[in-house]
Amino acid sequence: MNYISKHCRISNRIIALGGQIVYENKGNNLDEFMNSAFAWLSIAYPKFYKMDRLSKLGFLGSEILLKDEKLLDKYLPERIAVVLSNSNASLDTDLKYFESTKTIASPALFVYTLSNIVAGEICIRQGIKGENAFFVLPQFDAARLVEYVEIVMASPKTEACIAGWVDVLGEQHDVLLYLLEKSKDGGLEHTAEQLQKLYQKNYGPVDGGS
Amino acid sequence: MDQLTADLKRQIIEALNLKHLKPEDIGDDQPLFVEGLGLDSIDALELIVLLQTHYNIKMANPQDGPQIFRSVKTIAEYIRTNQTA
Repeated sequence: MNYISKHCRISNRIIALGGQIVYENKGNNLDEFMNSAFAWLSIAYPKFYKMDRLSKLGFLGSEILLKDEKLLDKYLPERIAVVLSNSNASLDTDLKYFESTKTIASPALFVYTLSNIVAGEICIRQGIKGENAFFVLPQFDAARLVEYVEIVMASPKTEACIAGWVDVLGEQHDVLLYLLEKSKDGGLEHTAEQLQKLYQKNYGPVDGGS
Repeated sequence: MDQLTADLKRQIIEALNLKHLKPEDIGDDQPLFVEGLGLDSIDALELIVLLQTHYNIKMANPQDGPQIFRSVKTIAEYIRTNQTA
């Protein structure tokens, strides 16, 4: 059994860490929300502005998840895995790229027309070099995520894993990222029921799930 | 700063999503790649698109890119030399 030591939820323009809202900006749209959240974090990382929405959401989620967590002091970069999933793959950017091809195709958009780029952006930023995987599923699937992540964690090569769901299409955005570790240390049990509970927790008057 | 240089800085910021910068933050002679603004190979491709979109210039030889895209000043010189009236 492995344990969820931290979890971050982003939905309905609300960011929650460990079940508590840490940032809320209804703003005018998702782009404004993400840029304001990035400004709130006070991070010098200009590449953020070049990312597509999926990568921005993953970046923000992982940044908040791992804030004050000296992950690389605890584990070798090669021992930390990243396992993500969503239902819209990179469609949000695919559509923008397709639009750009009607005039001159945008190279900057093209490089984000793969869903697993978000995992790469997280790994680059956090210095992670372990196994990573990205699953495109019909909907949030706690059982499948737990099953695969437990297999990854069973390997002696993996000691921790950043896992979860990062999805975006238009203004609809939906993130649940969690840090999984082998030691209990106050963490939550890594079960499908527990994960579903974290995903379904309602943080506002409007349901945050997609 | 002449109009072309000013326009270029604004267009570069817009095209490359350099939202942390203002036009006045970019020096005319400041290197755009590596030690300067830190642009990368994808940005170079976007600069080629920018030349085509805004100035109707198709780079004849992409290998000239490093010289042309060295700074805003060199891009402006390239545009002046290659833009048809």
